[in-house]
Amino acid sequence: MSEVVALLALALALAASVARVRFAPDWAVAVAGALVLLAVGAIGLTGVGHALTRFGPTVGFLAALLVLGDGCRRAGLFDALASVMASFSHGSARRLLAIVFAVAAATTAVLSLDATVVLLTPIVFATASRLQLGSRAPMYACTHLANTASLLLPVSNLTNLLAFQAARLPFARFAALMALPWLTGLAIEWLVLRLAFRAELDVAAPQDAQADADAERRPLPRFALALLALTLAGFVASSTLGVAPVWVAVIAAAAITIGVRPRPAELVAAAQPAFLAFVLALAVIVAAAGAHGLSSAVDALLPHGDGLLALLAVAGVAAALANLANNLPATLIILPLVSASGPGPVLAMLVGVNIGPNLTYVGSLATLLWRRIVHAHDETVDIAEFTRLGALTVLPALVACTAAVWLATQVT
Amino acid sequence: MRAVVWIAEGSWQACVDQARAILPPDTAVTLLHVAPGDVEALAEGARRGLFGRHPPPPPPHGSIREISDAEAGRLLATARERLGRECETMARRGRVEREVIAACAQADADVLVLARDGERKLGPPSLGHHPRFVVDHAPCTVVLAWAQAPPAVETIPPPPRHRP
Repeated sequence: MSEVVALLALALALAASVARVRFAPDWAVAVAGALVLLAVGAIGLTGVGHALTRFGPTVGFLAALLVLGDGCRRAGLFDALASVMASFSHGSARRLLAIVFAVAAATTAVLSLDATVVLLTPIVFATASRLQLGSRAPMYACTHLANTASLLLPVSNLTNLLAFQAARLPFARFAALMALPWLTGLAIEWLVLRLAFRAELDVAAPQDAQADADAERRPLPRFALALLALTLAGFVASSTLGVAPVWVAVIAAAAITIGVRPRPAELVAAAQPAFLAFVLALAVIVAAAGAHGLSSAVDALLPHGDGLLALLAVAGVAAALANLANNLPATLIILPLVSASGPGPVLAMLVGVNIGPNLTYVGSLATLLWRRIVHAHDETVDIAEFTRLGALTVLPALVACTAAVWLATQVT
Repeated sequence: MRAVVWIAEGSWQACVDQARAILPPDTAVTLLHVAPGDVEALAEGARRGLFGRHPPPPPPHGSIREISDAEAGRLLATARERLGRECETMARRGRVEREVIAACAQADADVLVLARDGERKLGPPSLGHHPRFVVDHAPCTVVLAWAQAPPAVETIPPPPRHRP
């Protein structure tokens, strides 16, 4: 009985997130589901408390990062990056792709994939359109790198943050272990994008379009950049100093808030409280579902150990699960099962859940299916190209990045 | 005579210059721009992939659709200026190659002017996917302009060595 209710609550929360109906927001469905599970005894107060104390700090960390990203936008960082990209391109589509690639990889790594998707992508689109250089290659680079470039740091992706807290790895060690997989993923993306868009990259911008873009040059906001540099240094030094990295993020969020002075309502909106509630409620639901059979079912699929083949299998299962639902529930389900086996399997799982969603342009097959149903008559979207590029990058990147994880854990 | 001139990023100047050079003065010209629908879908898809993270208010530059509409309008205005004569403009969105054909049919065009957008080396790749489809399916005469200077005659490779 309990296991049926727990799985039903999980399915409803995921469905609400995919369908996005106005009268049943995902956070409300997830919170209601968690409360029902508590009421029927599928999870006890101790279980809820355990899930909340385990994931509470991660959610606080996430809130601080979201505030930091929004503060950087208010400080003008992304507008300035648009000028940098336009002037670096010198009117060449190939150079524009190269700088978009570098900026998207750095933005994702430092400010998380949210910042790349929500803040950087529209600016890249505007820059490419303004220069008349064709927006498809830069836009594909942004959306792909939001996932692939999120391997590097614990702060690059919420999935990393969850794994980082669970595996109790120091920040610098996480980054050192993930540097090779990150570079491997970037190399594969670069090769595939350059080949796939080679015809479109022969374009040169008209001189007047380039001149207009050069005239609109905006300086980089020194305060935001210095703060980001200090924050990164703080993260790296945190374990040596004996400070939890979450406090570095909180101080950075406070500093940017003082610097850009958003209104209180804007500050609360930037932290996205509804999403934070959703993550906590989902963690409770997954804990209940895990205790009633889901964990043992997934555990049966997962190999144990940290050999190369075992890591490849973990990455494959994680990618499949991330594609079936989404990477957040996939992480919550798999993480407790692999975190005891050391850093190798945890990082291999991250390769799967972070890169896997590139297979579809909406991040998961469930969302894709839903969109196909809702937009059955929508002829404007040709998903064949995205799916082709997804297949070309995801499969080699999964294998190569997992092998790089294995290599990194052997060497260091 | 009615002519449609397909204004595409990167190659539109060549198209406009070609149209100015060859179309008789009494031709009813329509400048056409098609925004690819998949780019907008890509950005929206990536936001959906964020899973429950509710998007913050749109950035100061507006949504992808707004940016796209504004840039299309700007490009068409610049192209009209370069053409230097009275003309209609048409902005469409969707599958680019199909929208171009539909626009020709809608304008009942006698001529479509478009530019090559493929790779610089000669041979089949010198025409990209969209112009390839349009050249095959256009319901009218097609004028294919070179985006750069036409290749010299010396670039033709030697004939194959089989016996006649």
